[in-house]
Amino acid sequence: MTDPNMTKDPLVEMQDIHISFGGVKAVDGVSIDLYPGEVVGVLGHNGAGKSTLIKILSGAYQADTGKIIVDGKEAKIENARDARDNNIETIYQNLALADNLDAAQNLFLGREITDKFGFLDDAAMEHKAREVLHRLNPNFKKFTSPVSALSGGQRQSVAIARALLFEARVLIMDEPCAALGVHETKMVGELIDQLKRDGLGILLISHDLHDVFDLSDRLHVMKNGKLVGSVRTEDVTHDDVLGMIILGKMPEHLLHLAGPGATNATGAVNGTTHR
Amino acid sequence: MSRLLSKMEVDRRLVGLAVVLLIIWVGFDIASGGRFITPRNIFNLSVQTASVAVMACGMVLIIVTRHIDLSVGAVLGVLAMIMGVVQTDFLPQFLDYNHPLTWVLTLLVGIVVGALIGSIQGVAVGYLGVPAFIVTLGGLLVWRGSAWWVTQGRTVAPLDQNYILLGGGIEGTIGATWSWIVALIGILAIIYAAIMERRRRLSFEFPVKPIWAEYTNTIIKAGLVLIVVATLNAYHLPTRAAERLLENKGIPVTPENLEIAHGIPIPLLIVALVAIILTIAVKRSRFGRYVFAIGGNPQAAELAGINVKRMTVAVFALMGVLCAISAAISSARLQSAGNDLGTLDELRVIAAVVIGGTSLAGGLGTIYGALIGALVMQSLQSGMALLGVDTSLQSIVIGLVLVVAVFSDKYFHRRYSDPTA
Repeated sequence: MTDPNMTKDPLVEMQDIHISFGGVKAVDGVSIDLYPGEVVGVLGHNGAGKSTLIKILSGAYQADTGKIIVDGKEAKIENARDARDNNIETIYQNLALADNLDAAQNLFLGREITDKFGFLDDAAMEHKAREVLHRLNPNFKKFTSPVSALSGGQRQSVAIARALLFEARVLIMDEPCAALGVHETKMVGELIDQLKRDGLGILLISHDLHDVFDLSDRLHVMKNGKLVGSVRTEDVTHDDVLGMIILGKMPEHLLHLAGPGATNATGAVNGTTHR
Repeated sequence: MSRLLSKMEVDRRLVGLAVVLLIIWVGFDIASGGRFITPRNIFNLSVQTASVAVMACGMVLIIVTRHIDLSVGAVLGVLAMIMGVVQTDFLPQFLDYNHPLTWVLTLLVGIVVGALIGSIQGVAVGYLGVPAFIVTLGGLLVWRGSAWWVTQGRTVAPLDQNYILLGGGIEGTIGATWSWIVALIGILAIIYAAIMERRRRLSFEFPVKPIWAEYTNTIIKAGLVLIVVATLNAYHLPTRAAERLLENKGIPVTPENLEIAHGIPIPLLIVALVAIILTIAVKRSRFGRYVFAIGGNPQAAELAGINVKRMTVAVFALMGVLCAISAAISSARLQSAGNDLGTLDELRVIAAVVIGGTSLAGGLGTIYGALIGALVMQSLQSGMALLGVDTSLQSIVIGLVLVVAVFSDKYFHRRYSDPTA
């Protein structure tokens, strides 16, 4: 492999992850990795297992077998707090915000600023929230309304700000642009570039190739719980990747690039012939 | 009008509730020929509301976290029995009758057992995943049955002389002078809180309310405290009781000396204390913030690292503690503990909370709303009793009011709430 990133150690590796739900193998022996300053897309149809895989990394599920290695050391991630302790932050598809709380309260949920008596320091939190959100979205004004009163883009801003505020090193974004308009999608793109320059590793989960193709350095494609292959974005076209998503096999001219843990082309074909 | 309220940052629901309460009071006053809005009736109303009001404060948190507690009346019953036995049968083995420590130890036992009962139910809901409705429905039967078991159904009386002061009554008040002192402390606290809040916001250059709104808010709050205390101080002890009190103190019985004010009843003081502590907990502590976060989106709360199961246990345990305080107030008021004490209180408490604007869907609710809700319920009941309405008709009216109150709250909220606000 002649990858410039490979000279650094990966931020996170997931090795040979398996998880089943009632006999259904949702993730079946998948390995992926992520390097600092890299944006990696995880692609696949609904039900391909990509969200399940990522939830294992963020602590929402626990793998039946497999290893998670953070900074070269094996990490035990049993819940969201463990993930956070490893500087892994997740922004969920369903925008995991408490609708009845305002922006600042959501930003600091679980990690509130308190004064010397242990009481919540709402003014300090609002101050910090204004600072962070202003950088993300200068038009953000509704600091005192519950987030249920915000638009999809504004809510996404709050969710991203939440991750930023706590110095995530690995940022997992589930369908980051699903709820956003054109302008806001562009904004998120710029933001991702900025985070990348800061040395974060970003995993983008999407079923829509167009959302992530231009943002990603590499792509992991999944189908039926297995990894179809890992490719560098510069080596492939949209059609190549679509083929991987839909047919579940590596394009012939890229077979030599199939990453570690990828199912080989024949295996994937077998997988599809079952259907 | 509505713009004026939003400038003053006043909760519209609160204004609506206050108006409803005022209509009820004025209505009963007219219907009863001026017997409703009197110092005496207001005093009695405050004492009668206290037990339900204390539990309603805890029920707000339970309902905000999307749970329910149907067992509070039964828990109150069993705790009143336990506290009754502790002070009449158990403690007298070690302490003299009416020893000043008796009521403290008794209340402490009640609070510990209450917390334990609440925790057991909380574990069943949080860790075992049984719906709160079922756990506490079972609890209602279990604890009511246990209440009978404590003494095989025997009513416990007489209770400790100091303990019964917790229930109000002629001696269970703090008197005129202390009432004025409490009022003064309250008003100073209101002013201090307003100034500190404004300073804090200004120090971060946040937008603040116009200064006239600050003044109006503060003056209204302070004025209410003054009116309440003045009213309670205007209710004098009955002549007989006053004579006895003067004789005990060796003061000559003259017509001026006989005018002894009740002042703030102790149960009202307890309600105020509980409400203030819980309001601070809700607004200014992690605990309160997490309660609301869980109610708004349990999944988000879990993902934010909040231990939802442990919080569930804590909220139910708190409810148990408040049941103990309510049990003390209501058994002290009756000066006896019977095993049917608190029957149907769960419904009164839930009704008060819901009338007070707490959403059964979770995530929304206020302590002060629940207090006014409790006052609305008790005012209806007392007012109808004053007019000589039969108890059967009283139930019908209160039942209808509950449904209408929730409907109108939903209707007006949908209609007048500004989605962009």
